[in-house]
Amino acid sequence: MVQKLWKLQGGLKLPGFKTLSNSAGIKALPIPPQLIIPLKQHIGEPAKPIVSVGERVYKGQVIAESNGYISAPVHAPSSGVIAAIDAYPIAHASHIKETSIVIHTDGKDDWHPSVQAVPKPLSLSAEDIRQRIRDAGVVGLGGAVFPSAVKLKPTREIETLIINGVECEPYITCDDVLMRCHADAVIRGILLLGKIIKPHKIVVAIEDNKPEAFQSVINAISKFKEAGITAVATIDVTQVPTKFPAGGEKQLIKVLTGKEVPSGSLPYELGVVCLNVGTTAAIHDALYHGQPLVSRIVTVTGEGVSRPGNYRVLLGTPIDTVLDYADVANRTEAEVIMGGPMMGIALADQAAPIIKAANCLLIKKTEQVRQPVASMPCIRCGQCASVCPMKLLPQQLYWHASSKAFDKLATYHLDDCIDCGCCQVVCPAKIPLVQYFRFAKSELKARERERKKADLSRLRNETRQLRLEKIKREQEERKARRKAARKKTTSRDNETEQAMQSSLKEVSSEGKAVESQMSTKPSPGETSNQQKTMVR
Amino acid sequence: MPLQQSSHVVSAPFIKPQQTISAVMRQVIYAMVPGMAVAFYFFGWGVISNLIIACASALAWESLALFLRKRPIKNYLADGSAVVTAILLGLALPPMAPWWLLLVGTFFAIVVAKQLYGGLGYNALNPAMAGYAVLLISFPREMSAWVAPVTLPMADIGFIQTLHWVFLHQLPGAITFDALTSATPLDYMRTEIGRGVSFNEVRLSATVGVIAGKGIEWINLAILLGGIWLWYKKLITWHIPAMVLTSIAVLSGAFYLYAPERFADPVFHCFSGATMLCAFFIATDPVTASTTPMGKIIYGLGVGCLIYIIRTWGGYPDAVAFAVLLMNFTAPLLDQYTVPRIYGAGQRKG
Repeated sequence: MVQKLWKLQGGLKLPGFKTLSNSAGIKALPIPPQLIIPLKQHIGEPAKPIVSVGERVYKGQVIAESNGYISAPVHAPSSGVIAAIDAYPIAHASHIKETSIVIHTDGKDDWHPSVQAVPKPLSLSAEDIRQRIRDAGVVGLGGAVFPSAVKLKPTREIETLIINGVECEPYITCDDVLMRCHADAVIRGILLLGKIIKPHKIVVAIEDNKPEAFQSVINAISKFKEAGITAVATIDVTQVPTKFPAGGEKQLIKVLTGKEVPSGSLPYELGVVCLNVGTTAAIHDALYHGQPLVSRIVTVTGEGVSRPGNYRVLLGTPIDTVLDYADVANRTEAEVIMGGPMMGIALADQAAPIIKAANCLLIKKTEQVRQPVASMPCIRCGQCASVCPMKLLPQQLYWHASSKAFDKLATYHLDDCIDCGCCQVVCPAKIPLVQYFRFAKSELKARERERKKADLSRLRNETRQLRLEKIKREQEERKARRKAARKKTTSRDNETEQAMQSSLKEVSSEGKAVESQMSTKPSPGETSNQQKTMVR
Repeated sequence: MPLQQSSHVVSAPFIKPQQTISAVMRQVIYAMVPGMAVAFYFFGWGVISNLIIACASALAWESLALFLRKRPIKNYLADGSAVVTAILLGLALPPMAPWWLLLVGTFFAIVVAKQLYGGLGYNALNPAMAGYAVLLISFPREMSAWVAPVTLPMADIGFIQTLHWVFLHQLPGAITFDALTSATPLDYMRTEIGRGVSFNEVRLSATVGVIAGKGIEWINLAILLGGIWLWYKKLITWHIPAMVLTSIAVLSGAFYLYAPERFADPVFHCFSGATMLCAFFIATDPVTASTTPMGKIIYGLGVGCLIYIIRTWGGYPDAVAFAVLLMNFTAPLLDQYTVPRIYGAGQRKG
């Protein structure tokens, strides 16, 4: 069966630099003496710690539990003693700290007794598999770290399950080697996913610059076929043209199905679920071995690395430990980029730990990264628009972002920008477009928040004014009536009192109605906004 | 002022930009080399003197304006945009144009139309065409004094003699400048057809070559080749050139079919005057043209239609400058109303 492919709009053909790191297999890193495990390693609510300092933990033990629907638990990556729960630097472009759990490892690497392989994972119910995936803390390992279990509970019939092995960013090879070395784990993971969401077809997409990985997956499938597992017949392995960002979820869905995910909605609304190969393998580990997500494959690469390659690294391992092991030359002038050269983050602090999102550590020289940009004025050549995979007009966005015309930015769909950076790479004026857009996006978000807050307080103030006016009016009326009543005979006193009471009731009930309106009104907007940010 | 990345917090992408503005401009200049060479072949040293004086004065005006505006002169001179403007103006003006004409033209192009509006990237009007239009209105006599392509090689006016004429208004021996000049093919066609001569007779006259104006047809062909190279290098898109040429061809074709004796044929229009220069190098100036695909199509159509209308019924023989300037005004509006459909827009769910 040959998969029909659609054209990826825009995008760039970039030199891959994949051979630097893709031939040496996967090496395990030794257990470091100290692990720093941030509570927020996924999109959504940070996990809630359930251990205390001094407590002994085992490998795979839950140390922080999931905190809400869109959240994921965090497990101890190795056995040891909890040394601290405090704010530690995280992998970020500026020096930011987040609450993390520190474990002093004992080197024994003892698994928690609850970590047990499931005898026959495929015989479990869909709901059971999903729950186990959730409990194992599996999140999207392609870099988006969206909790996978949430993706696997679609509310409609799924036509296509896409397994993303595209890995379109230059330098990164962790998915490549995973498919080369553990294709059977990926296939078993796919079968589990098929069991949960029952798609009509399953496509494994691999960029055509990874023929070895492609062949490895094909071989694994035929091995399964020979073993009599017929379920693999629905899996279609497809090579997609090498072009950045073909591996972006929205782009890959377009290339494979011809469908476009509408702005602000999720792929499942089109009947598509898309998961990374690394995530699929993690799902396999969670069920076949019962092991939660405690480590991941990290590509360490770059021209200054003596031992570039892919390492299986325990989550929480300090990045400088990884760099020591990979033997990075000239560390003082080395800059570490977490992720690829197109969308990665230049780390402010190399002591920050490896997290679930860390697919690659790209080492560059400082002068290559931290170089002041001498940009020229925009000449509106439109190169940026021709490479934009979302078909936006970066030249117009730039114009409005630099003049802070935020309402215009919304009409030019700034929120659909995926930060891929293609526009900046082709810009002859060397304008840091992505930086402008990120700034404008955060500004837009802040303004939206401000606006909501202002709306709320305005509403509150208006109702307060109304209430005060009413009370004042009532008081005056009462006064007038009392005056009138005093002049009248006492026999009519009862009536006045009744009138007073009923008017009082009216006031209080109206006040309540307004208050309840205030508390319910902003919530729908807020939730839709949250969903949007989670998609990213 | 452009936003600078700080040295402390930097953001992706960490890949060097693939192009620079000066590289783009350099390639545009390379693409004009064939056109310049053929123009030199037919019109002699007058073309070279035009280009040299235009470039020198454009750079001088640019430096002066940047100095007054307190901008880094070296950075902005290196971008090459002033040279491109100068070459366009130098090619558009009659060869052997007097020095002061070029000086005034580049002043309006660089200082008034470009730098006063904020310099590179901020000008609303195409600088070269703004300069050309000012000259055309202010100095009609000098602007219509085109040397005939055939006379010069015969008269054998060398570089030094050319400079003598350009700077000192002197020609060697008994040659008068009037003897060297003739009406341009487009001008000739207009006046003759206006007198009631049929286009077929015009075509047989000495000013017309194989398909269009003598000499000029080959310049247009060379510029077309350069333009196609520019498109191949992805420095321009097909929209504007294709639409300019299509609209000229369709309009002139329709009128030619309607009354072949009164209207010139499409090939004549496409290869006369500055048609090709306009389609590939002038109308495609990114700063002043529309930038969206649909906007470019409308923009190109507008330029082409205006060229034909002004050439046929207007008061000036060639119409490129006015057509481009008029459409420059519409570019911001076109951009606003031709925003392309983005990914995922208008998609039915499910």
